[in-house]
Amino acid sequence: MSMLDVRNVGKRFGGLQALSDVNLSIAENTVHAIIGPNGAGKSTLLNCFVGKLIPDTGSVMFDGQSVLGRSPHEINQLGISRVFQTPEIFGDLTIMENMMIPCFAKRDGSFELNALSAISRQKDIIEHAEVVLEDMNMADKRDLTAATMSRGDKRRLEIGMCLCQDPKLLLLDEPTAGMARADTNKTIDLLQEIRDKRKVTIAIIEHDMHVVFSLAERITVLAQGSPLVEDTPENIKGHPKVREAYLGESV
Amino acid sequence: MFGLTKTDFNLLLIIAILVLLAPFLLNPFPEGSKLAQFNGGYPDLMQRFVIFGIFAIGFNILFGLTGYLSFGHAAFLGVGSYSAVWMFKLLSMNIIPAILLAVIVAGIFALVIGYVSLRRSGIYFSILTLAFAQMSFALAYSVLTPITGGETGLQLALDDPRVLGIQVTEQGNIPVPSLFGLEMRSSAELALGPWLFTFNVGYYVCALIMMASFYLAIRIFRSPFGMMLRAIKSNQQRLNYTGLNSRPYTLAAFVISGMYAGLAGGLMASMDPLAGAERMFWTASGEVVLMTILGGAGTLIGPVLGAGMIKYMENIISKINSAILHEWFYWLPAGLEDFMVAVVYPFIGKGWHLTLGIIFMAVVIFLPGGLVEGGQRLLNLIRRRKSSSAEPAKDNLTPPA
Repeated sequence: MSMLDVRNVGKRFGGLQALSDVNLSIAENTVHAIIGPNGAGKSTLLNCFVGKLIPDTGSVMFDGQSVLGRSPHEINQLGISRVFQTPEIFGDLTIMENMMIPCFAKRDGSFELNALSAISRQKDIIEHAEVVLEDMNMADKRDLTAATMSRGDKRRLEIGMCLCQDPKLLLLDEPTAGMARADTNKTIDLLQEIRDKRKVTIAIIEHDMHVVFSLAERITVLAQGSPLVEDTPENIKGHPKVREAYLGESV
Repeated sequence: MFGLTKTDFNLLLIIAILVLLAPFLLNPFPEGSKLAQFNGGYPDLMQRFVIFGIFAIGFNILFGLTGYLSFGHAAFLGVGSYSAVWMFKLLSMNIIPAILLAVIVAGIFALVIGYVSLRRSGIYFSILTLAFAQMSFALAYSVLTPITGGETGLQLALDDPRVLGIQVTEQGNIPVPSLFGLEMRSSAELALGPWLFTFNVGYYVCALIMMASFYLAIRIFRSPFGMMLRAIKSNQQRLNYTGLNSRPYTLAAFVISGMYAGLAGGLMASMDPLAGAERMFWTASGEVVLMTILGGAGTLIGPVLGAGMIKYMENIISKINSAILHEWFYWLPAGLEDFMVAVVYPFIGKGWHLTLGIIFMAVVIFLPGGLVEGGQRLLNLIRRRKSSSAEPAKDNLTPPA
């Protein structure tokens, strides 16, 4: 069964047709990578999934419901969590607080006027956040201010925050962009662990082929705003059209 | 205790002691001495300290936590004052209904203004709130004269209905605001040798309400709601993509801080039953911003300190005149005396704003965390001095007060 169903999506920015006639289906419990050269429309497509952009044409169905016209917080409450290209965390808050916020969002919904109860009394939230902190190997850093961490740790935290919500679909926008090799490898290990241990569908946009081939089970290649091919990693590697799009070789 | 951690409870205790003993603490100089002009322990000024303290505590819930800088908070203060005076005119001179109405009306007012202004953030939000406050000021000053008294302000009159209270006292005067018969203006004086201390009913009523407001602010700061507000300041985009809707959070913070302002306005009218449009003027909104930043935005105790400092300077420094300066410098040679007086003169009397401006600049540049940061640095320095003799210096990790 497909978790995310994209039908005939098109998006135009002024004179630029960023996306045209995109059809894509992401199956439940798979890791699906979307790759393509710069300007292929990968990020535009992802922004259409999370409510940041509304496509001009077509439909995006998530778990049987349309996401179009919903705001980002509503889409998140449906079960889509997003990791940004540059880690978006609450830099002024401690790591523990960063973890607790998505737990509150999961438990209380998008707004709760909980102005008089102390945070320290929210035992279930604290327990939940601590479990995820432990999974992320960050329990020892819980009282550090999030902004002081390394890029790799920030990414780890951001992924952990998404996992607090037990999302049905986890969207990763170039999760290793701008990272040193060691951090990249750590992130790959983390994502492999998530893939193998948790029941979560993952859609990943990535430039780094090493990352893509160590994680993905399905790959869609996007070029000039439309899907070129969709196949397993083995078949994509040697696909003539992909080589043409990436390397400019004519076959 | 009271659902607070030990540190927070101690903070509340310190505030309570300072506030309750203020008539002593603010009058350290004997009556009639040269330094008596620096005494701040008279009822009018002490009332201002705590009332503006409440105003700044409320403002800090919006600005300190969410980072939304409202430049029109005086509008809610003014609305609160008008509501309270109307209650004195129509119902009775008891301050409780007056204060309740002030809080409720200011809350409704904040809901409307906040709903519109919070569609934007940053400078656009500030400008929107400023525009609303100036509109309120203009309305109160002219168009709404039947309700607000226009230029002269809203005052009590002998023929006000006061359906639940007395219209006129036995002496034929307008009755004064009271709490079940306890008049706000009544004071007891205590003379200890050359010292004179004044205990005013109005001040203690304000002080108790201020302590309750402070307690409520601590609870809000330490609640999940308070954490969400800090998250908005830190990264609103992440909050929205984490399934939380930032709009109702900011609106709730705006309304709560508007109600604090209304409470302050209601108390102001309860101490002195009149209200004027100038309370809504933009300089009044700017003043609470200064108080909060001077004391330390986002800290619990900072706004109270800032409010106290500004009100003290406004009342004490502005009272110094050139005759007093000549007295201070009389020991200098004649020419030098005149020179020193001429140098210091622009900073006193009506020039107190200049002194305030310089202090404000110094704080913003050298102590971005406000007076609270200054206090913490001083405390760290003392602790390091002490521990350096006994053991290697440890960085003190106390959370900001």
